[in-house]
Amino acid sequence: MDLDLTEDQETIRAVFAAFFDGETGPARAREAEPTGFDAAAWERLLETGAPGMGVPEADGGGGASLADLAVVAIEAGAQIAPLPLVDHGVAARLLSGLPNRNGSEPTVDEGILAGSTIVGLAIRPALNGSARTVPSGAVAHRVVALDGDRLVIDGPLAEVPGAGAGHLANHGCLPLAHRDLSDATVLATGPEAVAAHARAVDEWRTLTAATLVGMAREALVLGVEYVQEREQFGRPVGSFQAVQHLLADLPGLIDGAHLLASKAAWAGDRATDGTTGVLDVDANDVTNFSALAAMALIAAGEAATLATDRSLHVHGGYGFSEEYDIQLYYRRARALTYLLDDPARECRRLAGMILEPAC
Amino acid sequence: MDFSLGDRAEAFRNEVRTFLGGHLTADVVERMHATGTFNDKDFNAGLAEAGLLAGAVPGYGDRDPIELYVLFNELEKAGAPYDGLAVTMLVAGVIHAVGTDFHRAEVLERLLTGRYNCCLGYSEPDHGSDLAGIATRAVRDGDEWVIDGQKMWTTMAHEADWVILLTRTNPDVPKHKGLTMFLVPMDHPGIEVRPVPTMATERTNATFYDGVRVGDRWRLGEVDGGWSVMGVALAFERGVMGGTNPAVPLLRHVRQWAAEAMSPDGGRMLDDPLLRERLARTAMANQVSQLLTLRAAWIAATGGLPGLEGSMAKLYATERYQQAVGWFQQMAAAEGLLSFGVDGSAAGGWIDYDGRHSPVTTIYGGTTEINRNNVAERHLGLPRSR
Repeated sequence: MDLDLTEDQETIRAVFAAFFDGETGPARAREAEPTGFDAAAWERLLETGAPGMGVPEADGGGGASLADLAVVAIEAGAQIAPLPLVDHGVAARLLSGLPNRNGSEPTVDEGILAGSTIVGLAIRPALNGSARTVPSGAVAHRVVALDGDRLVIDGPLAEVPGAGAGHLANHGCLPLAHRDLSDATVLATGPEAVAAHARAVDEWRTLTAATLVGMAREALVLGVEYVQEREQFGRPVGSFQAVQHLLADLPGLIDGAHLLASKAAWAGDRATDGTTGVLDVDANDVTNFSALAAMALIAAGEAATLATDRSLHVHGGYGFSEEYDIQLYYRRARALTYLLDDPARECRRLAGMILEPAC
Repeated sequence: MDFSLGDRAEAFRNEVRTFLGGHLTADVVERMHATGTFNDKDFNAGLAEAGLLAGAVPGYGDRDPIELYVLFNELEKAGAPYDGLAVTMLVAGVIHAVGTDFHRAEVLERLLTGRYNCCLGYSEPDHGSDLAGIATRAVRDGDEWVIDGQKMWTTMAHEADWVILLTRTNPDVPKHKGLTMFLVPMDHPGIEVRPVPTMATERTNATFYDGVRVGDRWRLGEVDGGWSVMGVALAFERGVMGGTNPAVPLLRHVRQWAAEAMSPDGGRMLDDPLLRERLARTAMANQVSQLLTLRAAWIAATGGLPGLEGSMAKLYATERYQQAVGWFQQMAAAEGLLSFGVDGSAAGGWIDYDGRHSPVTTIYGGTTEINRNNVAERHLGLPRSR
């Protein structure tokens, strides 16, 4: 057992923490509203190699593990970076894992590896040739989707919806859009296609959980800073126990979600190497990737929604005003938590894995 | 990061599981709930004979805190009597850390046989969370100390051979600086143990000390240095030595019940969508509790003192446990109220038991409020509020 980051991961963490701190952050997220995309920051991100870093080296990528990507996602979440990093990273990994069907073009091309071609992932199954409310749908040149038992990719679009008519105004100012799949190219069909999509969505759960952990961590920092500065009754409001205890619940909740997201990423990397893992809730032995990915998103969603709620509340009326940054975190925490599904339904899906099936 | 236990800890865990398979009989479990004494000397001695106990002493022998965690976590998950053992091994750890050769020979060696027990004499009727304010006096008389006072919640005192006793030796200095810890043999004249029954199955005690004379050799740590000995004891107590996975047996019992029990809506309880959601949430919370506990063990294994991390694990695990108990108690309705051994009781009476037991978990070993104070002041850096 080892709960420390590897030396390489420490470096990755430090490099990307500095990158997101310098190139993104609440002020940039505010400027990027309502679309939720910062084109200049994305251009800078391409220089770091981040868009293709999770693709295996054999396919021309950086060969980073899911655990490495989780380290990056946490730092991106902490600065609410308006960048489609998780969606693109997961979609690129999905494409690189597919057999090349017609041999005419590599499944992951240079543009995708570099990030000049942005790929999104429709995390929910498409319906009647249309993928609804796709994360990154407003900024992705191409979107991978599961339509029935066919895995398809649309585009490449010459012009993405961006802030235009295709963008769906939303709670978290995310780059959401519907995508028409009627002219999409089929990448795979049958159980293989369904399994590839399911694996990608589990990776999305894991990295979105990591993003939410970063958001929750920073939301707590904002709350703690505010209650130390703000004075009422002649004392900092952070000296009142009623206020302290609202915040003191959060570190354990956030660290717990962080550990669970890290464990899910570890299990995902082991699954890639062929280790299935176990799923025995009677003994609390869980190393199965799908179960841990589901748990991680549920736990991180709880942590981020509560942390942003408590932090906003201790800001008093200012927390509700547009001027303060906590509202940016509050809305994004909810958007990412509910984008895939109702967490209660995610729990019932998890129950299907850990319990005998419902009759 | 690597979340596998590793070959060594995994082999140790398998040894513990094999032991539990052979020694944790229905009789042992029934006896602990019938007597209220969550301590079984034959069971403990069996652990010692199997070579599993020396590793249960924090800092002692060649086992690391990960294996310490593994032992208590397996005992807790299996529903074994481990409360008395955890306290005894905690005291063994304190003796190992700050005790004398005399304490090691006289007490520690015996504790390792599983046949001897210790209890904790910290709280008093008027001093619980404000522990440093305790009033039990120890006054020096030549080479002896004379102790007068009363302790509360001295669980296992009726089984114990020694009590680790926090006393006031100097009333004229700030409260944290006038405390001294003693290891007092329970057979000394002047000690009285009175049972305190609880709303759950477990029994605890009040203990009275009336002119108890102990030799100076029973002093543990420096004179007026009792608070730093407490610090060592509390760091061992929170997190690593059980108490952070109580919802694992709960989930198992409810799952087994729900697979058989019929719902008033028709079908099995296990098909009820809300129950399935809550079972899944409990499984998730059990993983988080385990990971927070493992982190505390990991910090201890790599040379740190995981006081704050233990507080976080306890806060999370106990509140989630209480939430889960509330859900399942509500959903089991009338049959969930029925006790052990009663015809028709849901989950064999375990839901009633957990409903009775769970309130104490956010109180003992440091209340939720004290733990929140710790996190607020020492982790978040907020001003002291008391």
